[in-house]
Amino acid sequence: MAVENRRLGAAMFFPAIAFIVLLIGAPFALAVMYAFSDARIGSPGFHFVGFENFRSILQSPSFQAALRNSVVFTVCAQIIVIICSTILSIALEKPFRGRKFVRFLILLPWVAPISLGAIGWKWILDSIYSVITWVLVWAHVFKPYGAPMWLGEPHLAMASVILVHCWRLIPFSTVIMLAGRTAIPKDIPEAAAIDGAGFWRTLFQINIPMMAPIISVAVLFGTIFTFTDMTVVYILTAGGPFDSTQTLPSLAFATGIQGSDLAAGAATSLFLVPVLILIAYFMLRAAHRAEVA
Amino acid sequence: MAVVEARNLTKVFKQGELGAVNNVNLETREGEFLVLLGPSGSGKTTLLRMIAGLETPTSGEIRIGGDIVNHLTPRERGIAMVFQSYALYPHLSVYNNIAFPLKAQKVPKEQHKQKVEWAAGLLGIERLLQRKPRELSGGERQRVALARAIVREPRVFLLDEPLSNLDAKLRASAREELDEFHDRIKTTTVYVTHDQVEAMALGDRVVVLHQGVVRQIGTPREVYDEPADTFVATFLGSPPMNLLEAEDAIVGFRPERFLPADLQTSGKRVSLRLHVQHSEFLGAERILYGILDGTRFRDKPVCARVSSSVLETYVPDTAYDFAVPEHELKFFDAKTGKRIPPRPLSWQ
Repeated sequence: MAVENRRLGAAMFFPAIAFIVLLIGAPFALAVMYAFSDARIGSPGFHFVGFENFRSILQSPSFQAALRNSVVFTVCAQIIVIICSTILSIALEKPFRGRKFVRFLILLPWVAPISLGAIGWKWILDSIYSVITWVLVWAHVFKPYGAPMWLGEPHLAMASVILVHCWRLIPFSTVIMLAGRTAIPKDIPEAAAIDGAGFWRTLFQINIPMMAPIISVAVLFGTIFTFTDMTVVYILTAGGPFDSTQTLPSLAFATGIQGSDLAAGAATSLFLVPVLILIAYFMLRAAHRAEVA
Repeated sequence: MAVVEARNLTKVFKQGELGAVNNVNLETREGEFLVLLGPSGSGKTTLLRMIAGLETPTSGEIRIGGDIVNHLTPRERGIAMVFQSYALYPHLSVYNNIAFPLKAQKVPKEQHKQKVEWAAGLLGIERLLQRKPRELSGGERQRVALARAIVREPRVFLLDEPLSNLDAKLRASAREELDEFHDRIKTTTVYVTHDQVEAMALGDRVVVLHQGVVRQIGTPREVYDEPADTFVATFLGSPPMNLLEAEDAIVGFRPERFLPADLQTSGKRVSLRLHVQHSEFLGAERILYGILDGTRFRDKPVCARVSSSVLETYVPDTAYDFAVPEHELKFFDAKTGKRIPPRPLSWQ
């Protein structure tokens, strides 16, 4: 019986372990190997070169820009996402007519394939066909042909990339926040109302602190999704103009795959690892605290 | 301190359905401890929540201290409420829990410490001030909730079953403390419970509610001894009042007034024979369940509550002579269940 159980357990575990080993473990090991080699797409053979790749990318201006952009991209996107999803979760908490429909609408960006959504946004922000520009011209905010190029000017491009990414992540965060809010016993905000607390005091001193564990889960997930995401950047700007929206993943892809320098691409992407390990550690801790509370 | 009044107060949650509270009229007295008593679903909590401002009445008026407060938010009503779950803020220390209403109501900061210590002292929880709610026992949490309620010196106290989360032993002592506490602060208190013992022990007056309707308002003695209808008669008392139907009237008597005939020698009494079916020994007393023997009420189930100091043993399946003093008989209308004056009744 015990032996059978152990076999059953092993069989149940097998798909998960195979998935991790084959699709995550092996490529990761390969990336580490390439990072210390001089592999290129044309000559993937292994020649150990030590830290040469790391030394050279650390000096490259593209990498420095990408690192800075990754941080800006992640931090700004997360701040916007958390604020918006908190507001949305408050709005969606109390029942009203059509709430289910609104919830569905809000969830839509998360459900739709990201590449489709991003291509849609690429057209919305296009330099010639942009519907936003058209509306602003129509409203006489800008002269025809005088409107800004949303994806063509460094700061605007970064802002656009951040906003599109927020558009995609907000639904996910909102769902987590809604779950967190419904976990607060109804009595507690009521007690706060009786104690004389108004909306803001209840929000900042009662609801948000009580939701802290769940908010941290949302932030950490969001950070990982943002920090490792390259779809939005790749489709909207491909890192341009002048590397102004290049992030670490998009740079790794650009140098490693498109630029065929596998070694440099692998080394670039390895810079994500320490950050992600740190986030994973905090995430596990937050999840544990959420469970305990 | 202030008087709470409800006038024609009604709350209907779903249109077309029976209201949770229906046309309730009541008025507390200055500094009174008023208990709302009823089974679950009787509307007592809804009534309390309307007074607190957590629920909007469908119609009717609520007055606190003479002013209509229907349109006021909870914070503007000058009330404090203790919830059944205590609703302590789990992320704040006991000190900050108690200080929260002071901060929320913008009491000058330099008074906080002194007021929190005063409230904590009143409830004997000074040594718990730095703890978090999860580190407290049920009884301690209840005291923190009370301290948080009194710290701002409210005009009215609202308590929603504050003892129901405590174990039986603690509940008795907490009840006593609550009573003492009210004697000391003398704030008008409205207290909701489904526990008749609590209601009798604590209440200056008791409001008996059933299906959102006030059945009776009176002192504990009045509602127990002079029930206004058969609902009150059977809801209060354990075991409940014996009710026997006779023509257009229902006659009732309390199990503890239904005693062995030889213990009742003086005064007018009605003799009945009790055929004991089984008995429960409860320590201080014995409950006898049986049916009546002979008379027109043959085979009607009744019970008697006899002090354990009565030495006689009651053997099941045996009939004994019992009696009720005539003035202990209560009469109710058979149709409406309402109390009616005593009337002559032929027992044979």
